[in-house]
Amino acid sequence: MVEVNLWSGLRRLTDGAQVVSVEGTTLREVLRNLAVTHPALEPTLKSGVSVSLNGVIETNLSTPISAGDEVYLIHRVKGG
Amino acid sequence: MAKDELKTGYRLIGTRPDRPDGLDKVTGRARYGADITAPGMLHAAVVRSPHAHARIIKIDASKALALPGVKAVITRADFPTGLTGEDWNLQENTMAGDVALYDGHAVAAVAATTKLLAQDAALLIEVEYEILPHVTDVDAAMAPGAPAIRPGSADPSVPEGMHPNVIRYIDFGHGDLAAGFAAADLVREATYKTEATHQGYIEPHACLGQMGADGRGEMWVCTQGQWYIRRMSAAVLGIEAANLRVTPSEIGGGFGGKTTIFMEPLSLALSKKAGGRPVKLVMSRSEVFRATGPTASTSMDVKIGMKKDGTITAGQVYFRMQGGAFPGMSPISEALQCAFACYDVPALKHEAVEVLANRPKAAAYRAPGSPMAAFAVESMVDELCRELGLDPIATRLKNAARNGSKSSFGPSYNQIGLVESLEAARAHPNYAAPLGPNQGRGVASGFWMNHGGETSVSLAIGEDGTVGVMVGTPDVGGSRASLALMTAETLGIPYENVRVNIVETGALGVNEPTHGSRATFASGKAAVEAARQAIGEMCRRAAAEWGIDADAVEWKDGAAHPAGPNAGKFPPLTIAEIGASMGSTGGPISGHHESVPGGVGASFGAHVVDVEVDPETGRTTVLRYLVVQDAGRAIHPAYVEGQYQGGAVQGIGWALNEEYVYGTDGRLQNSIFLDYRVPVASDLPMIDTVIVEVPNPGHPYGVRGVGETGITPPLPAMASAIAAATGARLRSLPMSPPKVLAAIRAKGRG
Repeated sequence: MVEVNLWSGLRRLTDGAQVVSVEGTTLREVLRNLAVTHPALEPTLKSGVSVSLNGVIETNLSTPISAGDEVYLIHRVKGG
Repeated sequence: MAKDELKTGYRLIGTRPDRPDGLDKVTGRARYGADITAPGMLHAAVVRSPHAHARIIKIDASKALALPGVKAVITRADFPTGLTGEDWNLQENTMAGDVALYDGHAVAAVAATTKLLAQDAALLIEVEYEILPHVTDVDAAMAPGAPAIRPGSADPSVPEGMHPNVIRYIDFGHGDLAAGFAAADLVREATYKTEATHQGYIEPHACLGQMGADGRGEMWVCTQGQWYIRRMSAAVLGIEAANLRVTPSEIGGGFGGKTTIFMEPLSLALSKKAGGRPVKLVMSRSEVFRATGPTASTSMDVKIGMKKDGTITAGQVYFRMQGGAFPGMSPISEALQCAFACYDVPALKHEAVEVLANRPKAAAYRAPGSPMAAFAVESMVDELCRELGLDPIATRLKNAARNGSKSSFGPSYNQIGLVESLEAARAHPNYAAPLGPNQGRGVASGFWMNHGGETSVSLAIGEDGTVGVMVGTPDVGGSRASLALMTAETLGIPYENVRVNIVETGALGVNEPTHGSRATFASGKAAVEAARQAIGEMCRRAAAEWGIDADAVEWKDGAAHPAGPNAGKFPPLTIAEIGASMGSTGGPISGHHESVPGGVGASFGAHVVDVEVDPETGRTTVLRYLVVQDAGRAIHPAYVEGQYQGGAVQGIGWALNEEYVYGTDGRLQNSIFLDYRVPVASDLPMIDTVIVEVPNPGHPYGVRGVGETGITPPLPAMASAIAAATGARLRSLPMSPPKVLAAIRAKGRG
């Protein structure tokens, strides 16, 4: 199981949980399973979030992931 | 340490060759948006609402259409219906529908054979309005009784009971806030305000659009992102993206303001209605101010607790930001992520709301949200330091985010250079320079997270061994030079043998714009990978020539070499020799790379400014200004320094003079540069710079984006310097002479 940290505003979509445990061996699997176990998160995930994996924004959804990795969903930002 | 003092082992990285676009720009040969012409071209003018909020009752274009030479008039009725979400917002901003939402909102457009004729025709288009109540201030817009601008726009995040103009709410944090404040020796809270400012690029928006009855179109435009222009224009006009080819011109500044559309679809719609004749549309400066995106204005509450030794025990912010009459344009996410990013604090709470107001649709502006957040948080940190008698840099070092610390927005930091930047600022002679009467020093740190984004780059070896690189990120701040340097370094060839071309949308896969400080990072990373791919192919050609295995060939100094004595003895094959024979060895040689690159490295910085304030007039003079920032690796140090200096100057202007001034009628009062005061060279000393290099492990040469962080610290640094010089703390920008003088007099020192 991978622990996924959510930003506080998503707690209302996860019955108050700010950290949720999800199965998955890649980032893609984790995000898919997150939408299955917490369907209220699906619109947010589809609209685009950034994923921080061990302190680095990771864009390759095939990146392997394992228990103990630090995973944060954060608001997607771009810049000027 | 300055880059030039470092020994990196690189041949070209870190040198300062001539800029590839220099001659074109100083001789006037460079073609900007308004320089593009086409046979049979028409000129366009736009009719804009003179009201901040008004229902459009009727539009009568009969007198305009009766003028000889007028070829087309369009209104919203000429656009497709049924759009939703952001596409609808883009269309609504391009051309008002039932209601004009701000002073300057487009309500009709006309194309004619000359520019003057188009402008005359625009004056003959009669629009009947029903004026509606308006609101332009962020706090007033969310107060009880404020006119609801777009009821029903709020998303589910907004708590019940808030005004309908509040359309988005964000919160996050960590730690025990109450315990954190209880542990502090001093807790202070205050409200800070910033006004909207414009990116102030030299070149107004300009485009030339052509679209026939078959719905296929061409556009030449000054933009930071030709694919964004294509996608957004196609959506607004209801055409397929592939049917619109967009070619970027040279660009005279963007700073985020040219990452979206404002009037581009108007030229295409006019062209279609005028039988396919190309239509040029060039904004005046007044139109740029009134109808393109400035940044958000803000009202921000900050509370911070600090121990006597400088330890920050807790922090709390509540930001209110308006980005015009359209949702999604206030950078509340970015502002909150940046607010405490420079600090490692055990307890933090962040909240923000996005608010609608009768102002133009905001756009990104250099580190969107971060300068405002820094103004609030860094000013408050300075206030606490002064009250507790603490050195501002030592206090920042004591609380600094470091490698491995949990960031204020959650994830752990990887390798960052905040501490190195603060230490370099403290060691700089400016920090010890003596100050005289009415002079003061301000310090602030800053942060921007930077961005990767969709990226596609191709590279082709020429018959003479020179190289063309095709990239999709317009060169706003020197990326052609940095990309050429990285490509040449990788290939082992002279810098002058690489030409970087910014190409149109038909030539590459989708690229995000040059934004988020990403061009040198993302296109650079892709160019290096494309070069490596080409090197692999050239090694295979050499191996075939020598009759050995490709693994037995290595590439160095611009040539293929046998890799060790067992590979055989062959003279090196240079890139020129391989290029010359490509027709008989397998055909053209190229490399290509496309990705959404990971490994983005955040950039931290620290600024130190000395000012003198005239106690009789309130005028602030900048005596010396220092920018220290982590570049990861400075590919072309002169351009890096230019980014640092440019960011600082824009921030100084934001701090001292720049603001959108609205009258009680909701109309913009200062829509020309005479009244909207940006700093010019004679206003400022030379901006001193120090490039710190903590290489980013996520880039082959260690690059971090450097374009945005530099605008973040000037707002609070200037406020703190003025406070030190006068004893008066200004918490509302801009700190113009009348406001400074009033603050001095209020302190009894005037």
